Amino acid sequence: MPSTLSAYLPSLLQGALLTAALALASLALALLLGLAGAAAKLSGSRFWRGVASVYTTVIRGVPDLVLMLLVFFGGQIALNALLQHLGAEYLDIDPFIAGVATLGFIFGAYFTETFRGAMLAVPAGQLEAGRAFGMSRALVFRRITAPQMLRFAIPSFTNNWLVLVKSTALVSVIGLNDMMQKAGQAAGATRQPFTFYLAVGGLYLAITTLSVLALGALERRVSRGVREASL
Amino acid sequence: MNLAAIAESLPTYWAGLLTTLQLLALALAIGLAAAIPLAVLRASSRRVLGLPIGAPIWLCTYVIRGTPLLVQLFLIYYGLAQFEAVRASVLWPWLSSAWFCAVFAFAVNTCAYTTEMLAGAIRATPHGEVEAARAFGMSWATAMRRIVLPSALRRALPAYSNEVIMMLHGTSLASIVTLLDLTGAAREMNSRFYLPFEAFVTAGVFYLALTFVLVALFKRAEARWLAHLQPRR
Repeated sequence: MPSTLSAYLPSLLQGALLTAALALASLALALLLGLAGAAAKLSGSRFWRGVASVYTTVIRGVPDLVLMLLVFFGGQIALNALLQHLGAEYLDIDPFIAGVATLGFIFGAYFTETFRGAMLAVPAGQLEAGRAFGMSRALVFRRITAPQMLRFAIPSFTNNWLVLVKSTALVSVIGLNDMMQKAGQAAGATRQPFTFYLAVGGLYLAITTLSVLALGALERRVSRGVREASL
Repeated sequence: MNLAAIAESLPTYWAGLLTTLQLLALALAIGLAAAIPLAVLRASSRRVLGLPIGAPIWLCTYVIRGTPLLVQLFLIYYGLAQFEAVRASVLWPWLSSAWFCAVFAFAVNTCAYTTEMLAGAIRATPHGEVEAARAFGMSWATAMRRIVLPSALRRALPAYSNEVIMMLHGTSLASIVTLLDLTGAAREMNSRFYLPFEAFVTAGVFYLALTFVLVALFKRAEARWLAHLQPRR
């Protein structure tokens, strides 16, 4: 059993790299959407608040898998209709792009709530003081809101990131050659599915454990000025 | 929108809804029933052989919470068949059924999350309450049953509602192992008519409605059991 595993290990690790790339790219998109969503939810405009509310409610009410299949299969049809309209060639949607788009879009909704809560946790008086000093809104965000909301956002960020990492396994369903699919191929060739899915589980566990340790250290760093009550 | 195709597929969706609800209810019931005793042990400060009793439970929940549900489902559904002993055992008729494996995987998964959540709620019991129970002469079991668990279960209710919604979404993975749940119904409609928008949006509407129903039910449950924490009217 160990020898078959080591024969396929390079391929699995290659898949793990793809999984990590997928997770990080989705994270980048989700952070952007989350910041935009939080800004919309806290803005004075009723229209943007409404849009952001619909976004977070719908996304958090529908399973990732359904959204992923919708984006992958539905997006394919929409893209082809568009390309046909423009008179261009038929194009296949890349599962990596579809995965990043879907995961980014889904977790953008979760990060919207994370950032909204974190922004609200920064005392309003500090923002007013910044404005009173003549700082622009952007400067207030950069100097006052952002550094402090980081501390409030990290616990929820950690949770969302862990869920995101685990959701990347679903992208194998739409055909991405990630470690889940590599394991499936190896399992088919060797008739040892348990061995290979266990190995994938171990790799996921390594990613999540490293994330927990790294984000815990980051949290301690950004909260270094905070005094905690001890009982 | 091709409404005629949706209308034609609706019976499949209703059957799928039933499967989804069955999977969800069974997984949650088994998961919660197992999680309560595990959480009591996990929160216990007793030590065996120098290790807290909760340590092995923590290890299990950590591994389960740190890996994707899909991996767990595949390990059980595809993985176990690798072993001759499993295939020869009396359990094989069950372990070769996608339905049983899905319920099993979902129950184990939700059990891990619920155990940690409940253990946290048990640990958060105000120490005065436990001391008062001891002072009344209650045994450990009576204090657990009358004082600690009722208040811990209440405190865990808001977090548990999130877990239930997560599990509802998790049941969609059943469609990957050939079950015809709501997502399975959508995949079937898509392969029959090649109408992905209609197929998956319909499934999404069903899930959204289910989510709203669950959220409303938990709101009512919180109004009943957490009435003492509600803002005054």
